[in-house]
Amino acid sequence: MIIAIPVNENKAEPSVCVSFGRAPWFYFRNTETATSQVLANPAAIAEGGAGVKAAQFVIDHHADALITVRGGENAAEVLLAAEVQIYKAQGGGALENLAALAEGKLERLQSFHAGFHNKQ
Amino acid sequence: MKVAVLSGKGGTGKTFVSVNLAAAAQNATYIDCDVEEPNGSLFLKPENVTVTTVHTLLPAFDAGRCNGCRKCVDFCRFNALAFIKGKPKVFPEICHSCGGCVLVCPAGAVSEHKRPVGRVERGMHGRVSVVSGVLNLGEASAVPVIRAALAEGLTGEGHTIIDCPPGSGCPVLESVSASDACLLVAEPTAFGLHNLQMVVEMVRLLSKPCGIVINKMEAPYEPLEEYCRQSGIPVLSRIPYGETLARLNAAAQIACEQDPGSRLLFDALLQRMEAEMKP
Repeated sequence: MIIAIPVNENKAEPSVCVSFGRAPWFYFRNTETATSQVLANPAAIAEGGAGVKAAQFVIDHHADALITVRGGENAAEVLLAAEVQIYKAQGGGALENLAALAEGKLERLQSFHAGFHNKQ
Repeated sequence: MKVAVLSGKGGTGKTFVSVNLAAAAQNATYIDCDVEEPNGSLFLKPENVTVTTVHTLLPAFDAGRCNGCRKCVDFCRFNALAFIKGKPKVFPEICHSCGGCVLVCPAGAVSEHKRPVGRVERGMHGRVSVVSGVLNLGEASAVPVIRAALAEGLTGEGHTIIDCPPGSGCPVLESVSASDACLLVAEPTAFGLHNLQMVVEMVRLLSKPCGIVINKMEAPYEPLEEYCRQSGIPVLSRIPYGETLARLNAAAQIACEQDPGSRLLFDALLQRMEAEMKP
């Protein structure tokens, strides 16, 4: 399976980014080939609709699961329609969260925020 | 003159100043662009009100014709479309109704449908024409209703007073865009100064002539006075913080129609606006 995680840095052991749509990078882990890659998030600089665009990016890379600190309602709608399973990150690094997911220690993310655009 | 009245934060006195300016000018149009919470008509109490519904266009996708080419999704610069399991899906509150998806679809699978998002009310208060934009509850974008209210109100003779939403975001830019000049209402506090600086930064981008009204003034707040001197924007009026105005305003009365002192204040402000905010 392919697991996506929004991260702060483009490196082998990046930290999980608190933002989903505006994360600068996405970390993709393919558990079957045991390979990983970090790709720039095209939604990071979007004027609006960053959540939808980032969710599109995740499903275009055939992710089966997403580990994130939080996410917006629109992003969740795209991801859930594409049958991506969304897990709540436990903070810290991407690799720790992958390990926690493998051990069944991550919970599903159940609540999604209404978005931050135009909020002051 | 078309004057936009704005401030960085709510509760500064935009509506108070706008309503009184329109009433003092008499042959004027008042446009309430604070469509999320329009309250100018509480004071102006317009008569013979007519109502027009405001619609926006939203794309719909014909699943039978759609060939899944994804051109519409890739074209949308607002990211209002997602491509899920081979089909496009629209997010209404992100869509800006640009119609681009209709144009780029090679299969003729996209059509646009009208969706009501609010209304424009128009009536009279004496010789003042009162136009209010009212956004439907739960709608994300105020801009279509603001645009419709401006289109309805900007045709009038005499002065046009545009009562803007608070802040410095998209709804404010839309409200200010059609004006000749901007009147910035500020409170003499640290918070008021901070918010004034934000709107000054915004109106400078638009190169509009400006004037400042200091509302709820007791003693001068020196950092604000210093900022006004440094910025070169004239302070056109200082409205005192007092019980008479507070009582009239709380009773939804128009101060300059009830209180001779307030009338003098707003007549003087109108004269200074005409003299010092020439486009």
